[in-house]
Amino acid sequence: MEKTPGIRPRRSFGQRLDRTARRGFPGAITIFAMVIAGAPFGLPGQAQLLPAITLASVFFWSLFRPVAFPPPFVFVLGLLADLMEEMPPGVSVLILLLTQMLVLRIRRPLGKQSFLFVWLIFTIVAAVATALQWALCSLLDWTFFPPASGLFVFLLATGLYPLIAIVFIQAHRSLAAPEQT
Amino acid sequence: MIRLSIPVRQALEKLSLPVLIAAAFALMLIGKADAVLAMRVRMALADTLAPIYGTMAKPLANLRGVATDVLDIWDLRAENAQLRAENEALHRWQAAALALEAQNTEFKAALSWMPPQAPAFTTAPVVADSGGIYARSVLVGVTPPHHVTKGEIALDDRGVVGRVTEAGSRSARVLLITDMNSRIPVVLEGSGGRAVMEGTNGAFPVLRYWPEGTIPAEGERVMTSAAAGAFPAGLPLGTVHYNADKVPQVHPEADLDHLAILRLFDYDLTGVTAPDAPAGRPVQPPPSTAAPMAPASTTPKPGAVSAAHPAGPR
Repeated sequence: MEKTPGIRPRRSFGQRLDRTARRGFPGAITIFAMVIAGAPFGLPGQAQLLPAITLASVFFWSLFRPVAFPPPFVFVLGLLADLMEEMPPGVSVLILLLTQMLVLRIRRPLGKQSFLFVWLIFTIVAAVATALQWALCSLLDWTFFPPASGLFVFLLATGLYPLIAIVFIQAHRSLAAPEQT
Repeated sequence: MIRLSIPVRQALEKLSLPVLIAAAFALMLIGKADAVLAMRVRMALADTLAPIYGTMAKPLANLRGVATDVLDIWDLRAENAQLRAENEALHRWQAAALALEAQNTEFKAALSWMPPQAPAFTTAPVVADSGGIYARSVLVGVTPPHHVTKGEIALDDRGVVGRVTEAGSRSARVLLITDMNSRIPVVLEGSGGRAVMEGTNGAFPVLRYWPEGTIPAEGERVMTSAAAGAFPAGLPLGTVHYNADKVPQVHPEADLDHLAILRLFDYDLTGVTAPDAPAGRPVQPPPSTAAPMAPASTTPKPGAVSAAHPAGPR
């Protein structure tokens, strides 16, 4: 984060705590959202909410603040998602890591594009990710799952992305920005 | 923190993604090879989350209650009329039931009927719809002095909901009858024919493998069968309805979309253990329980009433 060279006074404990909290914010809010998504709201299609939130979150933070989402953290996030969704362990882990790898590759050109273009890219990523998830689940369980649930995850992720992004963009500029200290 | 030179740190950062992706594949292999380990980890997480969801449940239920109240006011009149009609029908059924009960007591007295042992049960709240996109299950909270074992049968106030497939110390997972991995041996109440009820991950399970001659009839009630010793005979599952593709579906008796409280019955069955089960309970040959029950469940209509709760003559 120290862009300008030079000697500056050692940060106080409060400042360091503040920085840590800001760095940890994206991860913490994602885990919090995942736990809330599993709560008994009794909404129809609630099972599809969790993978949609996880995917959108990993995509957004890998694109705009990869420091907050290091690969080991994405691994843990995927494992949590697998366990909460009763999927064969490793499926979400793989999908989220692949998403991150792809986003990190195209990060430079994509970061300069408009919101709509980023959304379009997310739609494509979500389509591939849910298709892969469905294929892996079917393969590992050796059952042909009806693809409708996977399709619903895709639609939900695509539809929810702007909402999630609006909240995250605000956080990205204020709460989660270590530069602000 | 260990101080590393910048090139080493960069190399490590570049390596971490491929290594983690390889680890994800390894995880899939481990999950496939050691299902018990995966289940234990999942249960440990569920045990941690269950109290959180448990405390959230009450305010959430209040919220939902307000929402349904508002919606209910809209169709109060229609509902009233419907309830009146239903009440009338139920009065008639009550008379029939009372008459049958009296007759049944008389018959039992004449036969020196030995009543079956009442099964032990625990009542547990549903804390989360834990099912993922490709699974249908619910998580129930268990408070420590009580405990739930794998293979117990979950019923709501109307019918069978599913079976306990994973049991932890503070929570248990119930695989619903609509899950794709659920297979239940059933008896058709009218014809006494056997079949298997398969979950589809949709709202309605389907019937399969009925013998020639006993085709499931529209509107027929479906009960559990004691075949294979996984379920006791005679628990209500639902009614048969043919869909547009002429496939017999079972409309579950239980209200699977709004599960709040479940009764978990321990019938102490020793036949087929619950799906993805490790060798948990000692497996005894089922004939001792299955054989005496088989004739009871295949008797035609008049006998079907008395076969309602034979939980094993032991």
